[in-house]
Amino acid sequence: MGSPPVENNILLRMVGISKAFPGVVALDGVDFEVRAGEVHALLGENGAGKSTLVKIMTGVYEKDAGDIYVRGRKVDIRSPLDAQRLGIRIIHQEFTLINDLSVAENIFLDAMGGRMFGWVPCRRMRAESRELLRRLGLHHVSVDTPVRDLSVAEQQIVEIARALREEAAVIIMDEPTAALTDAEVERLMDIIRQLRAGGTGIVYISHKLDEIMAIADRATVLRDGRLVGTNPMGELTREEMVRMMVGRPLTKLYVRNHRPGREVALEVRDMSVPGRVHGASLVAHKGEVVGITGLMGAGQSELVRAIFGAVPRTGGEIKLHGRSVDIRSPQDAIRHGIALVTENRKEEGLVLILSVVANSSLAALDKVSRFGFVDVAEERRQAADYVERLAIKTPSLDQEVDSLSGGNQQKVVLSKWLATEADVIVMAEPTRGIDVGAKAEVYALIDELAGQGKTILLVSSELPEVINLSDRIYVMHEGRIVAELDAATTSQEEIGHYATGGTYHESA
Amino acid sequence: MSLLKPQAVSAPRQWIRRYGMLLVLLAMMVLASLLSDRFLTSNNLMNVTRQVAINAILAAGMTVVILSGGIDLSVGSVLALTGAVGAGMMAAGGNWLVAVLAMLGLGTLLGVVNGFFVAYGQLPPFIVTLAMMAFARGATLVYTNGRPITVLNNAFQWFGHGSVGPVPAPVAIMIIVYLAFYIFLNRATLGRLIYAVGGNERAARMSGVRVNFIKVLVYAMSGFTAGLAGIVMTSRLFSAQPTAGASYELDAIAAVILGGTSLSGGRGSVTGTIIGAFIIGILGNVLNLLNVSSFYQDVAKGVVILVAVLLDRLIHAGGKGALRKGVASRAQQA
Repeated sequence: MGSPPVENNILLRMVGISKAFPGVVALDGVDFEVRAGEVHALLGENGAGKSTLVKIMTGVYEKDAGDIYVRGRKVDIRSPLDAQRLGIRIIHQEFTLINDLSVAENIFLDAMGGRMFGWVPCRRMRAESRELLRRLGLHHVSVDTPVRDLSVAEQQIVEIARALREEAAVIIMDEPTAALTDAEVERLMDIIRQLRAGGTGIVYISHKLDEIMAIADRATVLRDGRLVGTNPMGELTREEMVRMMVGRPLTKLYVRNHRPGREVALEVRDMSVPGRVHGASLVAHKGEVVGITGLMGAGQSELVRAIFGAVPRTGGEIKLHGRSVDIRSPQDAIRHGIALVTENRKEEGLVLILSVVANSSLAALDKVSRFGFVDVAEERRQAADYVERLAIKTPSLDQEVDSLSGGNQQKVVLSKWLATEADVIVMAEPTRGIDVGAKAEVYALIDELAGQGKTILLVSSELPEVINLSDRIYVMHEGRIVAELDAATTSQEEIGHYATGGTYHESA
Repeated sequence: MSLLKPQAVSAPRQWIRRYGMLLVLLAMMVLASLLSDRFLTSNNLMNVTRQVAINAILAAGMTVVILSGGIDLSVGSVLALTGAVGAGMMAAGGNWLVAVLAMLGLGTLLGVVNGFFVAYGQLPPFIVTLAMMAFARGATLVYTNGRPITVLNNAFQWFGHGSVGPVPAPVAIMIIVYLAFYIFLNRATLGRLIYAVGGNERAARMSGVRVNFIKVLVYAMSGFTAGLAGIVMTSRLFSAQPTAGASYELDAIAAVILGGTSLSGGRGSVTGTIIGAFIIGILGNVLNLLNVSSFYQDVAKGVVILVAVLLDRLIHAGGKGALRKGVASRAQQA
């Protein structure tokens, strides 16, 4: 293959990139480029090859075939260090900051690592860090603060500052807004615009199409490891993007066939978690989907964790089917038929190094055990059932879940909780970080479960999801339930009003 | 449907991946038989196996602890203390069966204490078992006054010198331990949960696994095997030595690591561990046959452990650049 014409503004060009893993072709002849001063969205469902492409860019994987050019010069990227030296920098969903070091030390971490001997130039380090933070609008944070004392959004800005200090030409942002509040997202968008104006090339990966419409200049869509196309954003509509990603028009994201019953399944009275939840009460009926929403950190997560016995509560009563139950641990909750699909599947949902079958039986191993021994055939049969029913894409039941895509991992978590045959299923952010296709499947499952008479508590900060799936919605603000709304008549605006501390009176 | 079948092992690399350490062991045996014509005699092989038995028994318990994400540094000292207490009971005219049960019970109890501090005290296993190592060794010296206690009980001699058919008793005990542990880890509900606790403690807790109970259980199992090893050792030597089992924890850990069990927990097996124990045992045996001084034997052991684990890593990552990739992927997981 001849060397492509050198264009000055092309920072990174990847041509015909292929990569295979045992049993799967992850990338098949993909072309991708990043120009100076552009925000280039990289789109695709989980498992489409986005992360493989990014890992090749950043030297985590080596490509099997294809060429990479940085500013027109052919390069070999064989390690993360190579990528860094070439000015390619990634900001992960999970940050790589060292919590106990100060902001300035983190910003200069790579510089310190590269210089094994000698002194750390403290004064210059602090001054330069202060200047970088100022440019990124983080005036109020001292460069001497330990990183652990910063909010998630602030930590992210420190990561960006680190990339800027290294004069990274290409910055890859992987789901950068996943854990940010709306105001923080706005600030991030400003920073991205500022970086773009300064000539940085940004690769933007997100499942949130609204964000991509708002910020990206071009979008490249991958599907099943192949390039579907690269288009300027002006030529793309939302529907068009979804069609390119999914391969078919997605007619209906939300389904809703279930009808809530009258019988009260779960009743929570006056629940408190010190400092997080103050006297929350709620009811949920059989066959009902109850949404719980609010701004991030308003106490939704702690409320359901307290119901599940995963965090200690100071007061309150939990009643199941009219009977008061004493739940002090997840074991108690599971025994009483409550499941909690946690919001962070890698930390709390899955044992990543274990197989699909071991994960899906984990919460209900005693159900497939007799006399203290696992009935392995029965265990596999059940896991296979769930793989089929939830359409989990895995080469085998013995596959380590670590290697599955986010959407399929989430389905494994769901299968684990379905196996407990719980009546009350709490789902915390069940579609976070998974693609449109998998989202639609999770939504359909929620509706199906409610249709079977299960009670679903849906904790989510994605309002369209809450409104379209729930029957009733509780809105939380600063640890209190401030409103109970009928999902059929409410709006995003009304929920937003209560979530930000508005009162009933004002909204009327 | 095809999903129900266990994953087929097809490619040669996968085969090597699964049986890599077994190949290392076989290669060592071939090399050993070339270096010394005394190696492949049934007498010598039986001798090696008998020598391996004590470390292998300790390593079985150690495997379970390491699988749960912990470590047990106290096994050597617990071996010594159980041996001393059992020998003391028999020297005072006690019944051998009572003494044996007391030794197993004491080992298990010390393990429970370890597990209790790890699980409920939330202390690092390294520190808890380091403390137990010092405590049990000290208690042994106090109990024995620093002198060996001779055991002159005929029935008790079976554990070190008896046999089941052609199989020496220590080897028979080792085989039973490994069969039991294999079944426990692969089939028992609690055994399976150990992998989950070691793989991701938080996820296990959130899935309703009784994590604290599992932790106490694994240290109790390790204490039990230490007591069992103490019985065999005391019987073999006709006495309890106050310094018995010193640094045995390191050999046990080495066997577990050589057997491919991950020190970070959640991954590994007792089948690997027994191979690891034999690698260490055969190495010592060959060097003995070649009249290499025991000082050099330790040097060689260190080298072999490093090389074997390095080799294992290469096989697992596969191909060139594998080492660096291994490091990179670990860094990523961290």
